[in-house]
Amino acid sequence: MTTASSADHPTRRDFLFVATGAAAAVGGAAALWPFVSQMNPDASTIAAGAPIEVDLSPVAEGQDIKVFWRGKPIYISHRTKKQIDEARAVNVASLPDPQSDEARVKSGHDQWLVVIGICTHLGCIPIAHEGNYDGFFCPCHGSQYDSSGRIRQGPAPANLPVPPYQFVSDTKIQIG
Amino acid sequence: MSGPSDYQPSNPALQWIERRLPIMGLVHSSFVIYPTPRNLNYWWTFGAILSFMLGIQILTGVILAMHYTPHADLAFKSVELLVRDVNYGWLLRNMHAVGASMFFVAVYVHMLRGLYYGSYKEPREVLWILGVIIYLLMMATGFMGYVLPWGQMSFWGATVITNLFSAIPYVGESIVTLLWGGYSVGNPTLNRFFSLHYLLPFLIAGVVVLHVWALHVAGQNNPDGVEPKTEKDTVPFTPHATIKDGFGVACFMLLYAWFIFYMPNYLGDADNYIPANPGVTPPHIVPEWYYLPFYAILRSIPNKLAGVIGMFSAIIILCFLPWLDAARTKSSKYRPLAKQFFWIFVAVCILLGYLGAQPPEGIYVIAGRVLTFCYFAYFLIVLPLLSRIETPRPVPNSIAEAVLAKTGSKSTPMVSTVIALALVGALFAGSVDSARAEEGGTRPPGNNWSFSGPFGTFDRGALQRGLKVYKEVCANCHGLSFIAFRNLGDPGGPGYSTAQVAAFASDYKVKDGPNDQGDMFERPGRPADYFPSPFPNEQAARAANGGAAPPDLSLITKARSYGRGFPMFIVDFFSQYQEQGPDYVSAVLQGFEDKAPEGVTIPEGSYYNKYFPGHAIKMPKPLSDGQVTYDDGSPTTVAQYAKDVTTFLMWTAEPHMEARKRMGFQVFIFLIIFAGLMYFTKKKVWADSH
Repeated sequence: MTTASSADHPTRRDFLFVATGAAAAVGGAAALWPFVSQMNPDASTIAAGAPIEVDLSPVAEGQDIKVFWRGKPIYISHRTKKQIDEARAVNVASLPDPQSDEARVKSGHDQWLVVIGICTHLGCIPIAHEGNYDGFFCPCHGSQYDSSGRIRQGPAPANLPVPPYQFVSDTKIQIG
Repeated sequence: MSGPSDYQPSNPALQWIERRLPIMGLVHSSFVIYPTPRNLNYWWTFGAILSFMLGIQILTGVILAMHYTPHADLAFKSVELLVRDVNYGWLLRNMHAVGASMFFVAVYVHMLRGLYYGSYKEPREVLWILGVIIYLLMMATGFMGYVLPWGQMSFWGATVITNLFSAIPYVGESIVTLLWGGYSVGNPTLNRFFSLHYLLPFLIAGVVVLHVWALHVAGQNNPDGVEPKTEKDTVPFTPHATIKDGFGVACFMLLYAWFIFYMPNYLGDADNYIPANPGVTPPHIVPEWYYLPFYAILRSIPNKLAGVIGMFSAIIILCFLPWLDAARTKSSKYRPLAKQFFWIFVAVCILLGYLGAQPPEGIYVIAGRVLTFCYFAYFLIVLPLLSRIETPRPVPNSIAEAVLAKTGSKSTPMVSTVIALALVGALFAGSVDSARAEEGGTRPPGNNWSFSGPFGTFDRGALQRGLKVYKEVCANCHGLSFIAFRNLGDPGGPGYSTAQVAAFASDYKVKDGPNDQGDMFERPGRPADYFPSPFPNEQAARAANGGAAPPDLSLITKARSYGRGFPMFIVDFFSQYQEQGPDYVSAVLQGFEDKAPEGVTIPEGSYYNKYFPGHAIKMPKPLSDGQVTYDDGSPTTVAQYAKDVTTFLMWTAEPHMEARKRMGFQVFIFLIIFAGLMYFTKKKVWADSH
C-alpha cells in the first residue's frame, strides 16, 4: 500500500487511506450499537416494572408477606416489638455492614420492614423467621440476617437492600 | 488454502502459535498474497457481497431468535412486539427480512455471472456444484424463515410447499405427515421449521468454506476466461481485491439500506400482516419473488408429479452444466452466439418470474409452458449444440494482453450492465406488485399523506384526532391489541405526556387477576396495559357482527394493499410510495353508498362499498358528518375523520416509522461518503495495476 510510485502526492494518498479506514471504523462501531442495545430490557418489560401498591392491612403483627416487583421477591415484615428491640439493641459498629435499624425503615412506621429478599451472596432467597437472629436465613450457603435484614453471619457481604418505597397511607405502601 | 505458506510472523508469541496452528499463514496465503486475476470486473465483487450478506443474516437472525417465540399462538405477536418494544427491533427485523431478498439478488447476479463467463467449466466443476448446493440450501432456509412470522402467507406457503412432497408416489403422504408432525401444518411444523431455519445457515457457511476452498485451488475465473500464466496476469488479493470488494459491498449496502429504511414492505406481501388462519386461504398464494420462476415452471406442467419433478429439475440441471456446455472457450465475451442466447435465457427467467406471480389462467398458462420449454431448451439443446456449431472469436493469449487491449472500448460492458440491472429491477418490482393483484374492488384514490416520502412524519393533531375517532367509533367493534396505552406517549406518536397517558389509561377497565382469593377482577387501566378488545374471543366477535369478525386494526394499514400496476410499481421504487394500505383504508371508510349501482346485488346484511373487494362489506357505514366532536376546530366531516383515523392507524401499524426514516437519512449520508472514499481508495490502490 505504501509503495512510493506516486511520490508526487504521498500525503494526499495517506490521508485518503486514513480517512477511509476511519470512516469504516466509525461506521462499524455505530452499526454495532443496535446489536448491543437490543439486549437491554425492552419497552414492555420496562413498563411492567412500574411502581406497585401493596395493602398492608391484612398483615398481622409477626407475619410477613412476599410480593414481586420487577421479578424480585420483596419481603414485607410486620415486626413484633421484640424484633424491633433486638434490631436496635445491636452495636451498629460491630456489624459487617454497619447500618442502623432506623435508617432501614420509615420513621413512624418502625414495625414495617421492607427488603428485597435476595441474598447478597449469590442471589438465593433467604427464608424468613429462621436463623439465629430472628430474621432471615439463606439455605444456600448459610448467611444469616437479623430482624432488620442486616447480615450478621455467613458469606454474604452486605445487608438485604431496601427497595425504594413510600407510605401512601398508614396501611398502604408504593414500591418503586 | 493454496498449499503450505512460508508466512512467518515477526512477533515471537505469534510465531509460537503459528508453529502449532498455521492459521495466520492460511489467512495470509488465501486472502493477502493470493493471486487474483487483474482483469476482474465488478461482477466479481458479488462473492464478497454474498459473504457479507450471509454474515448479516446470521447475526441478525441469532438476535431475532432471542426475542422470537416459536409457537403457533404466539409467533405472530412476538414478531410484532419485538418490532415495537425491543430497542432497534424494527431495524433488526427489517435487516433480516430485506436481507433475505438482497441475499437472493446477489446470488442471482453471482450465478448469472458464472453462467456468462463460463465459470463452471474445467477445472471449476466442483466449485460450481458446491455453489448449486449453497443455492438449494438458501432456498430451503429462506422458505422456512418466511414461515416463522406465522402470517397468512407464512402458513399457506408452508402448506403449499410441503404438499409438493405429496406428489411422490406411494410415500408422498407419509413424507408430508413427517414434515408437518401432525395432520396439517401446525405448531409442531412451526417448531421444527424454526429449529431448521437456525441450523441451515451454519450448513451454508460450511459449504461456503468448501466453495472458497475449491475456488482457491482452481483459482478465479475472469472475464476473458484465460487462466493466469505469469505474475503479470495477477495482482495480490490484498489490497487490490479487498478494496474493490469493499467498494462493491458499500454500493450494495446503498441498495440494501434503501429497502431497510424506506421500503421495508416493498418486497413483502401485505397478507403476511394478517395472522395465520387455517380456515381461509388468501385469494392469491404467491411465493417470495426469488422462487417465482420455479413456481411458474411448477404450475405450467399440468400433472402434479411431473410439475414437481420439473421444478426441482430446473435447479438440479445446473449441476450438469459443466458437461452440457462443452465449448472450450469459457467467456461469452468471445462467443457471439452464446452471448445472445445468454441474454435470451435471462429474459426467459425474468418472464417466468413474472408469470409465477400471475393467476394461472388463460394466456399465462400457455406462455408459462412455452417459457418452461425455453428454460430447459437452453440447457439441453442450445448449450450442447452451440459447443459444436459456434465459432468463437480469438481469445487473448494472456490476461495482461486483454487488459492492454481493453483501453478505449468501454461502452459494451456498460450497456449490458444497464440492461441487466434494469431487467433485474423489473423482475423484482413486477413480481411483487402483481402478488397484490386486485380482487374486484375499485382502485382507491391516492392521497397526500404527511407520513409518506423519505422525510415523512406523522401529523400530531391528526394522530390525536384519529385516536378520538378510533375510541368513539371503531373501538366498538375493532380491537387494537398490539398498542399499549404507554405507546401514546412514545416519541414519534400522538405526543401525550406521561400524566395524560395515565389518565387516558385509567378510563378503561382492564381485567386482571387472579387475586389472593383466586378471582379475576377489574381494575382501572395502567399505561403498561394494552387496549382491551371489544369482544372476548373471535367467536363472540363473529356472532355479534353477522358472521364476519371485525379485524384487529393494529396492523390494518400494512395488511391491506392493492396492485399499482405497470409502470407505477417501478416509479414507486424510486418515489418510495408505500401508502397503498392507508389509501385503501381511507377509501373504504368513505366508499359507502346507500344504493348499489345498477346490476350489483348486495346480499342481506351486507352494505355496498365502492372500494371493498367484491363490494359487499359486512360493516355498516361507520362514519357520518358531525359524529365525533373535535376540540381543535378541524372540520367534522367524514373525509376528515377518515384521514385522521387512517393516519392514526398508520402509526399503530408502525410506531417507529419516524425513527426509521430519520435513521435512514443518517445512514445514507454516511454510506454515500463511505462509498465515495472507498471508490477513491480503490482507484489509488489500482492506479499501478491498470
